[in-house]
Amino acid sequence: MSSYLKNVWAGFYTAVKGMMITSRHMFKKSVTIQYPDEKFDLPANARNKLVLDMSRCNACTACAIACPVNCITVEGVRVSPEDPHQEVHADGKPRKVWVTRYEMDLAKCCFCGLCQAACPSDAIKHTQDFEYSAYNKESLYFKYQILTPEQSAEKVRLLAEFKEKEAAAKAAAAEKAATEGKPVAPKKAAPKADEASEQ
Amino acid sequence: MTEIKRYDLEYSQLDSDRMRINVGPQHPSTHGVLRLEVEVDGEIVTEVVPHLGYLHRSFEKHCEKMTFPQIIPYIDRMDYISAMNNEWPYVMALEKMLDVKVPEKVEFIRVIVAELNRLANHQIAVATFGMDAGAFTPFLYYFRDRESIIWILERLSGARLLYNYFRVGGMAADIYPGFKEDCLEVVKKVRKTNEEIMDLLIHNNIFIKRTANVGVLTPEVAINFACSGPVLRGSGVKFDLRKDEPYSVYDRFDFDVPVGVGEVGVVGDCWNRNMVRMKEMEQSCRIIEQALEMMPEEGDVTGGVPRRIKPPKGEMYIRTENPKGELGFYLVTNGTDKPERLKARGPSFVNLSVIPEISKGYMFADLILILGSIDIVLGEVDR
Amino acid sequence: MESTNFIWDLMGKNLWSVVAVISLPLIFVLIYALVAILAELKVSAWIQERLGPMRTGPWGILQPIAEVIKLLQKEDITPTAASKILFNLAPYVIFTGAYAAFAVIPFSEAYAPANINVGLFYIFAVGSFSAIGIVMGGWASNNKYSLMGAMRSVSQVISYEIPAAVAVLAVVVLTSSMNMMEISRMQEGGFWNWYIFGGPGGWTKIFMIPFTLTLAIIYFIASLAETNRLPFDIPEGESELVAGFHTEYSGMKFAMFFFAEYANMFVVAAVVTTIFLGGWTSPFGSFLAGAGWGAFWFILKSMFVVFLQIWIRWTLPRFRVDQLMYIGWKVLLPISLVCFIAISFFSLLNLG
Ligand code: SF4
Ligand code: SF4
Repeated sequence: MSSYLKNVWAGFYTAVKGMMITSRHMFKKSVTIQYPDEKFDLPANARNKLVLDMSRCNACTACAIACPVNCITVEGVRVSPEDPHQEVHADGKPRKVWVTRYEMDLAKCCFCGLCQAACPSDAIKHTQDFEYSAYNKESLYFKYQILTPEQSAEKVRLLAEFKEKEAAAKAAAAEKAATEGKPVAPKKAAPKADEASEQ
Repeated sequence: MTEIKRYDLEYSQLDSDRMRINVGPQHPSTHGVLRLEVEVDGEIVTEVVPHLGYLHRSFEKHCEKMTFPQIIPYIDRMDYISAMNNEWPYVMALEKMLDVKVPEKVEFIRVIVAELNRLANHQIAVATFGMDAGAFTPFLYYFRDRESIIWILERLSGARLLYNYFRVGGMAADIYPGFKEDCLEVVKKVRKTNEEIMDLLIHNNIFIKRTANVGVLTPEVAINFACSGPVLRGSGVKFDLRKDEPYSVYDRFDFDVPVGVGEVGVVGDCWNRNMVRMKEMEQSCRIIEQALEMMPEEGDVTGGVPRRIKPPKGEMYIRTENPKGELGFYLVTNGTDKPERLKARGPSFVNLSVIPEISKGYMFADLILILGSIDIVLGEVDR
Repeated sequence: MESTNFIWDLMGKNLWSVVAVISLPLIFVLIYALVAILAELKVSAWIQERLGPMRTGPWGILQPIAEVIKLLQKEDITPTAASKILFNLAPYVIFTGAYAAFAVIPFSEAYAPANINVGLFYIFAVGSFSAIGIVMGGWASNNKYSLMGAMRSVSQVISYEIPAAVAVLAVVVLTSSMNMMEISRMQEGGFWNWYIFGGPGGWTKIFMIPFTLTLAIIYFIASLAETNRLPFDIPEGESELVAGFHTEYSGMKFAMFFFAEYANMFVVAAVVTTIFLGGWTSPFGSFLAGAGWGAFWFILKSMFVVFLQIWIRWTLPRFRVDQLMYIGWKVLLPISLVCFIAISFFSLLNLG
């Protein structure tokens, strides 16, 4: 009997105690905010929407390799020294590679931050902007383009021409060397350029 | 006097069918997309068959195509509620294989973020458990506090939930100035709210009546089913990898391993499992306070990360104490920069397997509570 | 006997006045339900340190209207396997039950839609109506969750009616009347004359206060169970039965359930107010008393009881079916019987 009464009393007492606790909260300041009007500050390193600074990117593809979900596609072509259109990089040095294609599929991106960490020239960066949802996936497919397709084709052609010329010059030099009986030191620049254009 | 008539019911002649109910995958309290096929006799559960796989993302197969650093974001998505704790055994396994020495400061940061994340995980566990029992308000009180934990972790790593903060041999970023004060503030908040929740929910008589003596998991069954974490400790088995197999710097801290002692019910019931989580929160607070004190001011956090991670051929099993139990990674490497095989031993998956065993004979409403007290996260069950 | 319905006085008895008498509570129910929904949203928000709805109108006070419009626009689904007639009828049955109870509620000195002599009895009679509606809805949905919810609900309503009835009966013993208007009138003259404090009488009534207070609490708890509110909301038990008996309902029919729930809340709050909290009488004797103020006091007190129900809902966890039965039969019933006997004894001695 006493345990029965104790039980009944405990049920009543703890319920009232709980109600006292909730009543105390009733007069506290609310912790939620009116979202689109007010916003929380995000930390400076928040990993949200990715943006690319094209003036810094040199199509090294480090970001594309680091990305676990393959949402970055990079293509570059080496700048031909004979190109009339030369450019200065954001870090002050002349641009070595034209970025002919840089596409980012933010619908796929998992915001892991690996691309940002991998980029040697701080070109790709997470921003604090998180409000870019869209109704269709296409609008999350970002194409960063400074060159038109024609321009890109032009750059590729220029490089090919330059390479041809170089090869011709090399062949001539080799021929010359052969006639003079001297060995030719292998050039280093040519294979590098190939690499860049392949990517 | 009239003859006393006796009514003997032939129960076998009564037509009482058992009913099969499909709980989930779309059900308010299956904590994700778990599907339980439940057979009930009136309100009494007679059989439970869990069906998994609604969230299967082939984590293990996927990892075989990924380089080692790329796997870390995927590991975050296993147990997305305690991502920091998930990353730890994986990077530890790689560090062991590569023979990388981890700086002192990194170890302390790891302990602190892991314990912060443990707090957040237990808060969710207790909160959702209360919500299963019908108390919605404690849920939001905990979420309010969890926000400040997440805020710290966000400032450290840049993300709110899927941190990708651990690196082999270091961390992705150093702590920010004011980190210590923030942590101490959080510890204070957590303690205050826990006190309140104790009165509001845990010691409420209705809650006690609902959860005590329900879903009793005896220590033998718990060990036979390889349960771990608060589920095992709730049954009174004192087993915590942080104490029994101290990894990192856990051997330097002074903390207890709380076990279920059966204050209101029998050892191993839902209430005790839940209570173990409440007590563990206090222990985590203690660890955080000590770690903040002992953490060296100086130290290179990001410098020790090797550029190319190419462990030698071999295999490695590392286990750590996740908030939900023992999380292990079995890593087989073949000398390239991708693993040959990565097997995860998830605590949620193993703990879930005990459900059919402990929920038979209880009421249907109890089944939901038992499921809640196990604290599963479907991202890890299905992987 | 003076009139208890100002509409009869104003318009006489004709068809229009009958329509007016019938529709006045309906208008009241609709407005009240909107207010109560808003109150539920806002009180829960304050308890949980949230803002609650803020976008519709200033401080979100138009939110319930927005919700009703939303529900009206929703597709009204009838499951193929459902029993069509019963499925469509159920929400109206429940709402009718809740609305019919308004007929005898004495809103003020001058207004009770129907001032019948067995008012309390009538309330209990139509109160059980909702159980029929719930079973109809639950069974007709052809959904296992709905069926379980319906079954739970019936056993709950039936077992909780008894302690509630015993608690009311004790007051009836004191007043020797089942007319709610009479009961209210007896408590006139200040809050110490309310039956929660033993009713009118000399100083000897102090002995009765513990018993009447207990009975008030018992009636309140039982009424929570009758209206399927937390901690007794097992027929809906969101985390177990998805939504219980109204799992399959959508659109306007769901809104009917919603309205019926809030209307029921008001009915039980009105009963608590009438028999324990003095009904339309002013708590300060003749201060602020009168027909208009009577309505004010009555609605204020009832809304306070509704607020209590909301407050409890957002504080406590839910019971289990067997515990619910345990509380109904083994806790509330014996205690209310003890109190009932004690009060009968006192009234026999003419202490009250
Ligand atoms: S954040 Fe991660 S997923 Fe997104 S683009 Fe960068 S590497 Fe790829
Ligand atoms: S890593 Fe940086 S520089 Fe290289 S391709 Fe990517 S964005 Fe451009």
